[in-house]
Amino acid sequence: MNLNAAGIVYRKEFTEWVRDRRTLISTVLVPLFLFPLMMVGFSALAVVMVGKAEKETPKVMILGGEDSPQLIASIKKLDSLEIVPYAANWKDEISNKDIRAAVEIPKGFEKSLETGQSETVKIYFYDGEMKSSFGANRLEKFLKDYRDTVVKDRLAAKNLPASVLSPFAIKQENVAPPEKVSGATFGSFIGYTVIILCMTGAMYPAIDLTAGEKERGTMETILSSPISRMDLVLGKFLLVFSASLATAILSVISMGTSFAILGRTNLMNSSGGQTLALNLGLLSVVSVFVMALPLAFLFSAVLMTIALFAKSYKEAQSYLTPMTFVIVIPAVASIMPGVELTPKLALIPVLNTSLVCKEIISGTYHWDSIALIFASTCIYAAAALFLAFKTFQRESVLFRS
Amino acid sequence: MIEARGLSKRFQDKKRGEIRAVDGVSFRCEPGRIYGLLGANGAGKTTTLRILATILEPTDGTAVVCGYDVVEQPEKVRANVGFLSTATALYPRLTAQELVEYFGRLNGLDEATLKKRVDDIFSRLDMNGFRDRRCDKLSTGMKQKTSIARTLVHDPPVMIFDEPTLGLDIMTARTITTFIRECRDRGKTVIFSTHIMSEVEKLCDVIGIIHDGNLLTEGTLAQLRERHAEQDLEEIFVKVVGTVQSKAEA
Repeated sequence: MNLNAAGIVYRKEFTEWVRDRRTLISTVLVPLFLFPLMMVGFSALAVVMVGKAEKETPKVMILGGEDSPQLIASIKKLDSLEIVPYAANWKDEISNKDIRAAVEIPKGFEKSLETGQSETVKIYFYDGEMKSSFGANRLEKFLKDYRDTVVKDRLAAKNLPASVLSPFAIKQENVAPPEKVSGATFGSFIGYTVIILCMTGAMYPAIDLTAGEKERGTMETILSSPISRMDLVLGKFLLVFSASLATAILSVISMGTSFAILGRTNLMNSSGGQTLALNLGLLSVVSVFVMALPLAFLFSAVLMTIALFAKSYKEAQSYLTPMTFVIVIPAVASIMPGVELTPKLALIPVLNTSLVCKEIISGTYHWDSIALIFASTCIYAAAALFLAFKTFQRESVLFRS
Repeated sequence: MIEARGLSKRFQDKKRGEIRAVDGVSFRCEPGRIYGLLGANGAGKTTTLRILATILEPTDGTAVVCGYDVVEQPEKVRANVGFLSTATALYPRLTAQELVEYFGRLNGLDEATLKKRVDDIFSRLDMNGFRDRRCDKLSTGMKQKTSIARTLVHDPPVMIFDEPTLGLDIMTARTITTFIRECRDRGKTVIFSTHIMSEVEKLCDVIGIIHDGNLLTEGTLAQLRERHAEQDLEEIFVKVVGTVQSKAEA
């Protein structure tokens, strides 16, 4: 192996790479602008949309209740709801978003309350529709408050304290540091995104340097030069690897910036109202990057090998599109709730890196797992590079017609 | 000097089975002479020349180029060969100069020698007007000149041309044929393939007629005329190939 020759190929491929517009998009623009756009843009949009929906006074319909005048009067007094007259097609009106919810008061409701009989008040809404849920929630809150008042009155009538119904209180409290909470929330997402962008960054150069070279007719030109095929593959591979890493680095920088902006604007709040400060410390950033290294290596070698079988850029894209799913599925699996790193999962490429990134970002470092994942991915990557070398030796692949 | 010894190349085709693209071809090309490999499309010309340039490996037989075996020392062979064909395109995002320098470096030239060599070639081929222009912005003629510069940058003693004028206009084709003559005049060993009879008549010192992977006959134009009792090269070609086809059909 002649590293000088591979370096000459690398420098030439780098020059061509930076002059390619597609490279600029896939390697620089996507990671740099996708995250701020996704994180800040979508979060801000979501906050605006939810705020707007909360400000709206939902239109609600009352079904029945003619014999329960006190309850109806209490509902109508509410400023947070707009009561609309009854219509027989109330279900359609909910589905068509003309009204947000409906409440059905059972016949003889107030009489049943007096006699101590239990009745069920039904709230109808459009599941999955945010404004309808808000309407239904406001109705439910009112009815719960109304029920509590009835209970208090009954207890008072019998001279019993309110605490008779709740002899003790239950409260859940988080003890994990805020970084770990936010890490557990966003860690899998970050690992997944770095993995996907490592692949995206490698994909276009991998196609361009193999199938693209065949399509442009330059493969025969380079094969007629004295460079050995191994050095040629090495030079090309290093460029694809660089592109993959550049994308990964830019994506980590971009993510760090995006989360910093989000932290300042308080757009990220946990369900408990606590701000999720994602603290991507230097150690976690470096660790994620180190774990992404062998994976980027693996992607670069595999994508190059597959793309080499194609005769044209378009054909290579059709080969590599299914590869995207092969990579996305294990990456997505790591996001699923309950999927934790085990010694067996530590041997599954992509999934292992995604899971370990999740742990690293939440501040958990299981060094034995990290070493196992790093080593196993390195072995897969070395095997993939060996395969790339072998494929470049095959005339039937290089001169496929 | 090129010496092909029983070169054979077989390919496996899913539909047609085994294909003998080249079948036991032997010939010899001397320095300062042009060897023309004449054959129809699919006769085995490109495969033969690709083997000599070590882009393909022979299934059987071998060839020696400048004293190096194409199977045993392919990299040394390539360092002594300039290979030009219509399939050897240029890198579109490199400038003409960058491209020539790239191949000079791959051929192991040091920076001082490379600069001198590039300046000399660009002046000789009148390429200074477009040396900094990207290859995808060059005209066909400029591209051909850049390809020639690429093959010359390491000053190889052997030149291999595979149908170099295919699809080119008259003026660009003329640039190529002039260049081939210059190579011979500089004492290089030249082999080139074509199916254009006039090119062979004008350029070649020795002619080999190849058909179905077999070298049917070879010699100077005068020797072929005498051997086949025909004056016109096209008639000689038809006679030689026709005889083989008749035998095969019988």
